[in-house]
Order: sequence, then C-alpha cells, then structure tokens
Amino acid sequence: MDAMKYLKQLMIIMAVSFAGELLNRLLPLPVPGSVYGLVLMFLCLLTRLIRLEQVEDVGEFLIKLMPVLFIGPGVSLITVMGGLADKLIPILAVCIISTIVVMVVTGLTAQAVLRRTERRRKEHGQKKGSRKEKEYE
Amino acid sequence: MNEILQESVYFGFFLALGTYWIGLKLQKRFPYTICNPLLVSTVLCIVVLLVFQIDYEFFDAGASHITYFLTPCTVCLAIPMYRQVRILKKNLAAILLSIISGCLAAALTIWGLCALFGLDKSVYHSLQPKSVTTAIAIGVSSELGGSSALTIMGVVVTGMFGGIMAKVFCRLFHIKDPIAIGLACGNSAHAMGTSKALEFGELEGAMSSLAVVVAGVTTVVLAPVFAGMIH
Repeated sequence: MDAMKYLKQLMIIMAVSFAGELLNRLLPLPVPGSVYGLVLMFLCLLTRLIRLEQVEDVGEFLIKLMPVLFIGPGVSLITVMGGLADKLIPILAVCIISTIVVMVVTGLTAQAVLRRTERRRKEHGQKKGSRKEKEYE
Repeated sequence: MNEILQESVYFGFFLALGTYWIGLKLQKRFPYTICNPLLVSTVLCIVVLLVFQIDYEFFDAGASHITYFLTPCTVCLAIPMYRQVRILKKNLAAILLSIISGCLAAALTIWGLCALFGLDKSVYHSLQPKSVTTAIAIGVSSELGGSSALTIMGVVVTGMFGGIMAKVFCRLFHIKDPIAIGLACGNSAHAMGTSKALEFGELEGAMSSLAVVVAGVTTVVLAPVFAGMIH
C-alpha cells in the first residue's frame, strides 16, 4: 500500500517537473524549467489542485537529499581549476563582499518596512481607540 | 584500474553518496558551518580522484545521473514555501521589498566587482546567481551560459561565509528584528544561512527558508536583465 502512495507522490512531482521543462521550451524566457515547476507546484498547492499530503513525503525526502545532487558539478571544478587559478582571489572577493552587502541591505530594508507598518498599525489603532471613546461619549 | 571504473556507473554514484555520508557524520560530530557535508564530500571526491589518478569523466558517468533529480528537487521547494504561506501573507510587504532590494544590491555589487576585477563574461554569468539556492543558481547559470562548477563554488563560498558571519553583521548593523534577521540570512546565504537562522530562533528559520525561495525566483527575473552588462 505504501509503495502506491510513494509512487503516486513521485508521479505528481515528475509530472510538475515535466510541465516546467515544457514551459521552458515553449516560452522564450531565460527561466530554468525547474523554476517554472517550482512556481507551478506552489500555485497548485495554493489552489488545492494538489494537496500537501499528496506530495509531502517524497518531497521532503528529495529536499533532504538535495545537496547530494551538487557533488558531481562541484567536483567538476577540477576540470576548470587550471584556467581559474589566477582569478581565484577576485572570485572569492566578489563572493564575500556581495554576501555582506546583500545581508545588510536585506536586513535593514526589512527592519525599516516592519517598523513603518508597526507604527502605522499603532496610529490606526489609536484612531480607532479615539473613535470608540467618542462613541462612548 | 580506470578500465573497470569506466564500465560501471555505480563507482561515481557510490563515491558521491559515501563521501556525503561521511560529511553528515562529521557535521554531527563537529557542528560548525565549515563542516558542511557538501563541501566535505566534494573535497573528499576530488582527493580520491587525484590520489588514485581517476579521470573525472569516469566519476561523472555515475554522478551525473544523480543530477537528473535537480528539477524534481527544485519543484519540491514549493512545499516548505507553502507551509509558510501564512507568514508570507502577513509580512508580504517586508518580505518582497527587502528581498527585491537585496537581490538588486547583489546584482549591482557582483556586476561592479566583476567589472572592477576585469573578470570575463563566463565568470560573471557563473557568479551572478551565487546568492541563491544551488538548484536555482545552476539553472540560472546554465541559462546564461556560465559554468555550473564555478557557480557551485560561488554558492558554497557565499553560504559558508554568510553562515559564519551572520551573527557578526547582524549585530554590527543593528539588525535585531527576528523577521529581518531571517530574511537577511536566507537572502544572502541560502540554505546555510537558514541553518544559521534556526540557531537564532524558529521564526528566523521560517523567514529564512521563505527568503531562499523568493530570492531564487527574484534572481531568475533579475539575472538576465543584468547579464548583458559585461561583454
């Protein structure tokens, strides 16, 4: 029985993956098929076309094992290493500097927006409060 | 030796899984960001190939089969995102604005630094998506014509550096709100940032895992726009 369940989950995930790759071929945008599939799956879950328990178990397993997929491409670094030796330091610098910038910009923007909405909520709340007081008067 | 390995695809399979298993064990024993299983496994594989003088192609003959699961795995990233949909709706403005500005900042700094250092087009295209989760980064990089290997290197370096330095930079720039910390970690250092964010707290972890996917999709849109800026 369980085999049926997992088979069905895998089948749904493969179907969405295939639909994603199809969209990648059909639409003239530089969007990877995997990302079309991701968005498609999210929309299907949102509209309840696919229910969470229909993909959850196999999905969780695939996500947990995901890093294993990157070992192969990672190891292929040895085939390009020779040409990269002199660019290694600039490449590392790009990675490190941009990581700091992204982290700080994202964090500070989020904090600013959150504080603003909170302040607005408070003001709104106060107005509501004063209106209520008037009603009571 | 090479002849036997050439005939079986399971050598690469076994080496990849075996070294990853060692990496997981190592991380359990030493829970530091630097003991990342992917890094450990990649380094061990390279060492084995170099020591036994095995051609990369023979390893790849097996390991490349695992990569076929890249698309289904990426599709499944929708599942954690769907689980966080309530938090997503509640903080939509903060999430979208911060991630879009973060991704724009990433695009601009990567372009600026690559131009400054005189890096060529293929290196630039490989590094453009380096702040997002590996699955999406590889997709973007190959759509643009970058090298997957270099992209993975960028992603891993970024993730490790971001994971290690998250606490320092959040303190330094007074990022104190749990939602903001989570978004900052996830947007800059993807999965490794998320595991760090979980150390801050559950809300931070949830925000970070959400940020990973939203940032991935945002970068898919932004990267091609910035792709033509280095010739």
